[in-house]
Amino acid sequence: MDFALTDEHRMVQQMVKGFAQKEVSPVIKEYDRKQAMAPFILPRMAELGILGICLPVRYGGQGMDYIALGLACEELEAVDSTLRVVMSVHMGLNSMALLQWGTEEQKERFLAPQARGEKIACFGLTEPGAGSDVAAILSTAKRDGDIYIINGEKMWISLATKADHALIVARTDLDAADPHDGLSAFMVELNRDGVTSGDIHGKLGVRAGSTGWIAFQDVEIPAENRIGEEGEGFKIAMSSLDNGRYTVAAGATGLIRASLEASLRYAQERKAFGREVGKFQLVQQKIAHMVQSYEAAKLLYLRAGWMKNQGIRNTCETSLAKWFATDASFDAASEAIQIHGAYGYSDEYDVERYLRNAKGAVIYEGTSEIHQLIQAGYALEYRDNVPLRCELPAFDDDIWQKEQ
Amino acid sequence: MKIVVCVKQVPDTAAKVVVEDGQVTWGDAPLVINPWDEYAVETALLQQEAHSGDVTVISVGDEDAKEALKHALAMGCGNAILISDPGLENADSLVTSQVLAAAIQKIGDVDLAFFGRQAIDGDVGVTAAQTARVLGWPSLTLVSAISELDPVSSSIRVERSVEEGRQVVEGKLPAVVSVIKDIAEPRYPSFMGIRKASRAEIPVWSVAELGAEVSDPVVSWPEISNPPKQEVITEIISGGSPAEIAETLAEKILETKVL
Ligand SMILES: Cc1cc2nc3c(=O)[nH]c(=O)nc-3n(C[C@H](O)[C@H](O)[C@H](O)COP(=O)(O)OP(=O)(O)OC[C@H]3O[C@@H](n4cnc5c(N)ncnc54)[C@H](O)[C@@H]3O)c2cc1C
Repeated sequence: MDFALTDEHRMVQQMVKGFAQKEVSPVIKEYDRKQAMAPFILPRMAELGILGICLPVRYGGQGMDYIALGLACEELEAVDSTLRVVMSVHMGLNSMALLQWGTEEQKERFLAPQARGEKIACFGLTEPGAGSDVAAILSTAKRDGDIYIINGEKMWISLATKADHALIVARTDLDAADPHDGLSAFMVELNRDGVTSGDIHGKLGVRAGSTGWIAFQDVEIPAENRIGEEGEGFKIAMSSLDNGRYTVAAGATGLIRASLEASLRYAQERKAFGREVGKFQLVQQKIAHMVQSYEAAKLLYLRAGWMKNQGIRNTCETSLAKWFATDASFDAASEAIQIHGAYGYSDEYDVERYLRNAKGAVIYEGTSEIHQLIQAGYALEYRDNVPLRCELPAFDDDIWQKEQ
Repeated sequence: MKIVVCVKQVPDTAAKVVVEDGQVTWGDAPLVINPWDEYAVETALLQQEAHSGDVTVISVGDEDAKEALKHALAMGCGNAILISDPGLENADSLVTSQVLAAAIQKIGDVDLAFFGRQAIDGDVGVTAAQTARVLGWPSLTLVSAISELDPVSSSIRVERSVEEGRQVVEGKLPAVVSVIKDIAEPRYPSFMGIRKASRAEIPVWSVAELGAEVSDPVVSWPEISNPPKQEVITEIISGGSPAEIAETLAEKILETKVL
């Protein structure tokens, strides 16, 4: 067993940290207040290659492994969750699904421009009436010769108004005995006729990001835009979540670290009753908990990343990492505010933003309740990993680096 | 165009550098490439991009210094060389410059050697000039812009930022150039660069291999101590209007007799 990061991993950490700290950190409060995404974020992440970090070079990616993706997410969310959300949807939920399920032609057409950051990608599963209960999806895709006609509405979609491509799940078989089996997945170019979208304002957190709705009215897409077979939509969505949740887990770990670091600074600076507040044991207890959850969250996500590298199915481990890290990040941010006292309650400091951002992650990509069901399900052997027709390819240095 | 850039591995700017038992320590703070040297690497790469050629990054230090070299490789430098020797443990800037000069000569046919203005650990800021002196090359220090570089006529024109203002200086190649922040914003390492750097086998040269004539250090540190602790009291002045705040502030300043 080797717990050491490689030089390559450490340099990735430094590079992504440099970008987030130098370029985003100074302006994040301003955009969070404005409830808008800073316009330079996506082009800059594209230019730096972050949007294609763990995709093979021959598809326009940077050829790094899945651990590098996790480390990048940790650094991004240590500055702001909205940066990591970009990686969750563009990379985890969409691009990695194409890598796993897409045909060569689909990889050329969709994955390559996404890996190069020329096209931004999002993931549309949730609907106004269907969140945790994916089988309740009402959007439809009706086959008509060489095309599908899409109708329906997706809700709470990250990057809804920024993305060029959406991976969506819609119902193709209205009569399937098990409604899960009636779902299929499609790549939809969002500039097609009949697509409209908008952002949701007044969110508690991730205010410097875009979260919105996308509506499809008689949107025609070629049949070649279907990912996988008809009826595989649920499986594809769930396997996408194995990757999206990994980025969320890694990001939440960064949020715990940011809460811890802010708390350490403040506790050594603020004085009460004649000494720095860090000297009080009740404050120390909060800090000790943050250290504990940071270290545990990190180990959990790195294990999931390692399993991805090896090509080992990691639904259970990734779910555990996501559940633990997001719950712990909410607690850490809340305790960080407590350590900051009234100052923490103001947006003069970062910790209130951490708390507002942390709350989202215990809801999206499987609520904490859903993850508890998953964990208990595996433990009680009510659940098992059913092999997939297409598994996420294991990381292979040579294959990832090949130009052709 | 053959370019060398000299870099040093130093404690991170955020590190708390203190004296403990007569020794300087920065605890377990990470070591990084000297931030000023990143500007030198950036300048070297920009010149390479403009005039083609290659950039070799060199460092005098122990095994740790390979990290600084790898950072420069990841930014885009073509080659890296570490100069490491137990005899260099107490090297001062004179010794370091003799070693660097010997390495630059061993590399051979170098047109330009870039340095950062100073290293943030020692903060001495003379290594570039001393290296130029040892090499017998023009020393262009505190450069904020390279306005002209002509490899054909072997000439360079730079702007220096000096206390009196801006100074335009011309020189002949080969030359030593030390740069300041205004020169160009250092790029981040690229993922491709990171991959290359992490796989790079960095050659290590000893002083004997360089055939360098190295003097004894002329600077020694007989005793070092922490600066006296300063108590800083912060007070935030509030008030109903900017004018009121300014008035209270003015009164406070007068009260403390700092003006
Ligand atoms: C900021 C943000 C960004 C998002 N981005 C995306 C995106 O990019 N793409 C996308 O498709 N979706 C996205 N979502 C939607 C998100 O995935 C859903 O909100 C989430 O799956 C929960 O669904 P819901 O909101 O409909 O809650 P519901 O499913 O209605 O759940 C309501 C409550 O009931 C609980 N509950 C539900 N079922 C069970 C059960 N079986 N057992 C126990 N408790 C249960 C839930 O845990 C929750 O507490 C985003 C949401 C947010 C807040």
